[in-house]
Amino acid sequence: MKQRFLIPLAVFFVLVIFLAIGLTLNPRDLPSPLKDKPAPAFTLPQLAAADKTFSPTDLKGKVWLLNVWASWCVSCRQEHPLLVSFSKQNDLPIIGLNYKDQGADAKNWLARFGDPYLLSAVDADGRVGINYGVYGVPETYVIDKAGTIRMKHTGPITPESLKTQILPLVAELSK
Amino acid sequence: MIPELGHFALILAFVVSIAQGVLPLVGARQGQAQWIALARPAAQTQFLLVAVAFGCLAQSFLGNDFSVSYVAQHSNTQLPSLYRFSAVWGGHEGSLLLWVLMLAGWGAAVSLASRRLPEVMVARVLAVLGLVGIGLLAFVLFTSNPFDRLLPAAAEGRDLNPLLQDPGLVFHPPMLYMGYVGFSVAFAFAIAALISGRLDAAWARWSRPWTTAAWVFLTLGIALGSWWAYYELGWGGWWFWDPVENASFLPWLVGTALIHSLAVTEKRGAFKNWTVLLAIAAFSLSLLGTFLVRSGVLTSVHAFASDPRRGVFILVLLAVVVGTSLTLFAWRAPKVGAGGNFGLVSRETLLLMNNVLLVVATGSVLLGTIYPLLIDALGMGKLSVGPPYFNAVFVPVMVPLLLLMAIGPMARWKHADPKAIARRLRVSLALAVIAGIGLPLLMGAWTPLTAISSLLAVWIVASGVFQIIERMKTGKPSAAFWGMHIAHFGIAVFVFGVAMVGGYQEEKDVRMEPGDTVQVGGYGFRLLTVKDAPGPNYRAAVGSVELSKNGRVLKTMYPEKRSYFSSQMPMTEAAIDAGFTRDVYVSLGEPLGNKGAWSVRVYYKPFVDWIWGGCLLMALGGLIAMLDRRYRLRVKVGAGVTAGVAA
Repeated sequence: MKQRFLIPLAVFFVLVIFLAIGLTLNPRDLPSPLKDKPAPAFTLPQLAAADKTFSPTDLKGKVWLLNVWASWCVSCRQEHPLLVSFSKQNDLPIIGLNYKDQGADAKNWLARFGDPYLLSAVDADGRVGINYGVYGVPETYVIDKAGTIRMKHTGPITPESLKTQILPLVAELSK
Repeated sequence: MIPELGHFALILAFVVSIAQGVLPLVGARQGQAQWIALARPAAQTQFLLVAVAFGCLAQSFLGNDFSVSYVAQHSNTQLPSLYRFSAVWGGHEGSLLLWVLMLAGWGAAVSLASRRLPEVMVARVLAVLGLVGIGLLAFVLFTSNPFDRLLPAAAEGRDLNPLLQDPGLVFHPPMLYMGYVGFSVAFAFAIAALISGRLDAAWARWSRPWTTAAWVFLTLGIALGSWWAYYELGWGGWWFWDPVENASFLPWLVGTALIHSLAVTEKRGAFKNWTVLLAIAAFSLSLLGTFLVRSGVLTSVHAFASDPRRGVFILVLLAVVVGTSLTLFAWRAPKVGAGGNFGLVSRETLLLMNNVLLVVATGSVLLGTIYPLLIDALGMGKLSVGPPYFNAVFVPVMVPLLLLMAIGPMARWKHADPKAIARRLRVSLALAVIAGIGLPLLMGAWTPLTAISSLLAVWIVASGVFQIIERMKTGKPSAAFWGMHIAHFGIAVFVFGVAMVGGYQEEKDVRMEPGDTVQVGGYGFRLLTVKDAPGPNYRAAVGSVELSKNGRVLKTMYPEKRSYFSSQMPMTEAAIDAGFTRDVYVSLGEPLGNKGAWSVRVYYKPFVDWIWGGCLLMALGGLIAMLDRRYRLRVKVGAGVTAGVAA
């Protein structure tokens, strides 16, 4: 058997090994460039009361979660029950960033599925989302007492990621 | 009851595929006529059974049977019935069933259209298709059964993804899969030839129409997908170098190389090993594409749901199918003779260059597609590869390919006279240079890229026309000759369209209140109103935009922004005024503020429809070439350039 005819087979097996490793990885698991950087400042109207505003500095000295959501987002509905039950059992503030949504739709959605948020800030044109590097809804940020982003979770939060990643980090930061 | 019937038919199909895959192969080895004769009926039975299964699933969709989990996830009572039918392939399980249906369909087609082929060869080809069928049917049955019940039944279905509720998407997946899966026939012929040790001109001749048929479907499927992305996504683009798009483009590139390499093998008996390798590669890339799309290892705008168990299954399937084929290749190929010699300047050399360039292009696209995965697997971080990479590596490879495209058909087999070719190309070259200088200036601005593209397009068309005239003088050209030139004209039309859109399109993204006007590409767009309008399963905001040129009103366009009830997903329906030399394109963005203002995207796209027109011409050319009468003649066994294994 001539060696050169084995080349395609060899190349293919290297490819298969890479694909096999690739299967164990999650391509959506992106580290945020904002990790360990100060959370970008903003001042946005609140969803429930448009005359009031919210800005991250309001929560200085607290550990809190920023959850990007929208009523048009299907995956948000998937993670929503988890957030609702979590908010009932914990007093960790969760701020919603209502991303590119219609006010009425968003309010209906919260009325229907429950409101886990301390309040939701309205990012109608998505400008704040751009500053935070949102590229898919939902996304969740863990922000510490000093106002620094410590973690970013892309996609719906699962019970597992809540238990193994978010809660331990929150507990550590709250010390 | 109907879903169980479908499930049962699928299990039977699985059993039949085992018989189809094993018995004829053993029969061919031992010379048992009865077992060899099993191949055809087995292939036809398998197709019937899979068709029954498919029909049952379609019936569950049309009858809104939400006790079937797959139906509940992908349909809805409000969904129009056309989309309820196309929803059969709107999700993972159903699209795999479509894959299997296509595979069985190709097998049945081979069994019916192969009367003039030796029985042993047919038996081997159908057996290889049966073996591939075993793997895919097992995949469907064990990991992705579309007939799984949902108990208690859902009262209402979750609805089909609104992006897929579009006429373009009704036809895109079946066309694409016909092409993808169609390369399984060329693959089966190659493997059968390797097993028998008979890699000869006859084998190449049998493979050619099947390969071309698959290529025609793939061309149409990719073009439909691109056209859909253009008018449905509302971004005005027609190709995004997205991993899922690339997954369909890779087999196309290799399939194109295969078509040309098969020509050499048929006519001259050369490149035999290379042709076999390409046939294996084309189908392997189809399988790889299925893996990339279905396992979720790459992020894509198509964002298919992924299940790691499925990924492992396809990867194992890929490893077994391709691994076995390449092992067989490594074992058999060294014994295959080299075939006819040819000179430095000859049609063989030119087609070899065609193949090298296409394979280089395939390699660079493949590398770019899986590069994020490689880097991630090596623990070197996350990154994404975008259009700048692909354009930078792809375009430089295509330029020489297109230059050679005009010369190749002019060169004689074995030895060509470069001086004679140069003489015949003089006029074409002159016309091409004039076009390269003139056309961009006519369009308003001269840029190197539009100049090169215009030059290449005219170069290909002019030399093609010259050859056709030359040939008409000596008698009636064959269908293959016409097919080749029409497909090549298609490439020229495509290249011209791409260059004109790339070079001269204009776009504006503006905030408009009713009454506002914006000017783009010499056209005026006046937003009249945005009104709410109901649809069957969505609510839409419909804009009226008055299109005018030089103050003269041409027509009113109605872009829509739809919100589907079941998923609340906003969808853009662009309004397009298509024309031979330009499209104007309006899409509604988001409502802004409470004065009735909207963000509106307006495009002027010169010659954009030539992109898909070119693809249609390519497919038409392929179709005509496929119908060449020499494929319908009985091939005498052992005739022609026979060079079997020296065993």
